[in-house]
Amino acid sequence: MTRSEWIQLGYLVAAVCFILALKGLSSPKTARYGNFIGAGGAILAVVVTCFYPNMSNWPLIIGSVVLGTAIGVPAARAVPMTAIPQMVAAFNGVGGAAAALVAVADFRTHSNAGWAVALAVVFSTAVGFISFTGSCITFGKLQEIMTTRPVLVPGGRFISFGLLAALVVLVGVVIGTGSVPALAALAVVGLIFGVMLVLPVGGADMAIVISLLNSFTGLAVAASGAVLRNTLLIVAGTLVGASGALLTHLMSQAMGRSIGNIMFGAFTSKAVTAGAGAASDRSVRTGTVDDIAILLAYSRKVVVVPGYGLAVAQAQHTVRELADLLESKGVEVSYAIHPVAGRMPGHMNVLLAEANVPYEQLKEMDEVNPEFARTDVVVVVGANDVVNPAAREDASSPIYGMPILDVDAAQHVVFLKRSMRPGFAGIENELLFGDKTTMLFGDAKDTLTKLVGAVKSA
Amino acid sequence: MTEILSSPTWLWLLTIFILSVFVGFEVISKVSSMLHTPLMSGANAIHGVILVGAMIILGAADNAVQALLGVLATILATINMVGGFVVTDRMLEMFKGRSKSPAVKEEVQR
Repeated sequence: MTRSEWIQLGYLVAAVCFILALKGLSSPKTARYGNFIGAGGAILAVVVTCFYPNMSNWPLIIGSVVLGTAIGVPAARAVPMTAIPQMVAAFNGVGGAAAALVAVADFRTHSNAGWAVALAVVFSTAVGFISFTGSCITFGKLQEIMTTRPVLVPGGRFISFGLLAALVVLVGVVIGTGSVPALAALAVVGLIFGVMLVLPVGGADMAIVISLLNSFTGLAVAASGAVLRNTLLIVAGTLVGASGALLTHLMSQAMGRSIGNIMFGAFTSKAVTAGAGAASDRSVRTGTVDDIAILLAYSRKVVVVPGYGLAVAQAQHTVRELADLLESKGVEVSYAIHPVAGRMPGHMNVLLAEANVPYEQLKEMDEVNPEFARTDVVVVVGANDVVNPAAREDASSPIYGMPILDVDAAQHVVFLKRSMRPGFAGIENELLFGDKTTMLFGDAKDTLTKLVGAVKSA
Repeated sequence: MTEILSSPTWLWLLTIFILSVFVGFEVISKVSSMLHTPLMSGANAIHGVILVGAMIILGAADNAVQALLGVLATILATINMVGGFVVTDRMLEMFKGRSKSPAVKEEVQR
């Protein structure tokens, strides 16, 4: 076999490792093992690349890899689990930038290599840089360096369309003429467009953006692979691009909205949010911590519905404490996880796993919904829209059609909420006024701590 | 300069691309929604393999501009790849079943 064939074979093994890594995630039992295989594949790919013909600049290569490791590893080790979404966004952004830089750096080499390569170069440059700045804004929003709400630039829609038009023109120019200044201009337009794309998105929708940008970076990597004619980059990038696209689709389905509505909805949804919160002077039943503690302690089956508010209050450990206490009293406790609970899809599961909740207790929506009819008490912590029956019943509601947790089927529903303010979607929840419902106002962590104390003495 | 490997045609690359799309869809549709965050983070680490591309660029760079772009790309790609795998491992390490937790076992035995 030639050296080239050995390298190709190494890349093939690495590609299989990546597929196995993703496959391992079908169960928590095999997931960690799969991740090791994926990392092994990545190391193999890097080692094999060292045998590429005519490689030079070794001090620069080794220095850069060492520096990147010195930045990446401590960051990945130090990040708290609540900040995982912004960490993923940050890693995703630098990957996108790397893919774009690779395409740009190699452009001259291929300037007369035909339109297919030129197309791959412009694709990787535009999409990679969009992903980079988009991820930066996502990071800023999630880290709360800037507002988490949608930001509407005056005339933002026209700026975005203008940028898009410029993008298309520049793509044509670069492919047609091979002009380097045009490629540089394309990079700049891509960078600005990434900012404009993410600015109008906010709150819980950021989860979808992370997934979408992940897909973008994957596709940019695949395009860079096409530029370099490197099959491993094509396979790995495409795997991520396809999986990210599918995940984005699943997530937006779980929110009952289209991707277009999430990315561009802020331009049109003003009418919906106006007037929200006005109806909250209707009477609700407020309970005391002691009443609820007795209700919980003498139940047979309790389901906890954790939401965004639980993550914000960092109350996942306290919730676990309460669940353990109830279990020791013979109560059956499980957690009902809505697909979009937390700050990114699946984030709530990670937070609860960190609080040592065994994953068997974490129930997905389809699994838990039939169980609510047999449930004595549902404790909703910092969630609202995902349990709003309007999604099922009220065809005029903006969240109509969104799959929800059917907590209204249970005997009692206890809401731990900061205030009567509606959830992110800005719509009233009829369930709050229902006769099975009791409200416990206050900080989630505070209330839960008090509940733990009260259940102990109940 | 950078395409010394036996040069595959664009049609062949397209074939690999299309097949990978289907593999990607297939593999992801089996992922438990409980693990969607580690999935995104793991997928993130996998696209960090752009490091391979960055190394090839840097290894073939023969002018200052290419070297600069190559160095930047290599640093960023390394952060992406190494950081991605480490943070995914940290997450997956926490997903434990009931049976594996010794504290719970003791309680059951009592």
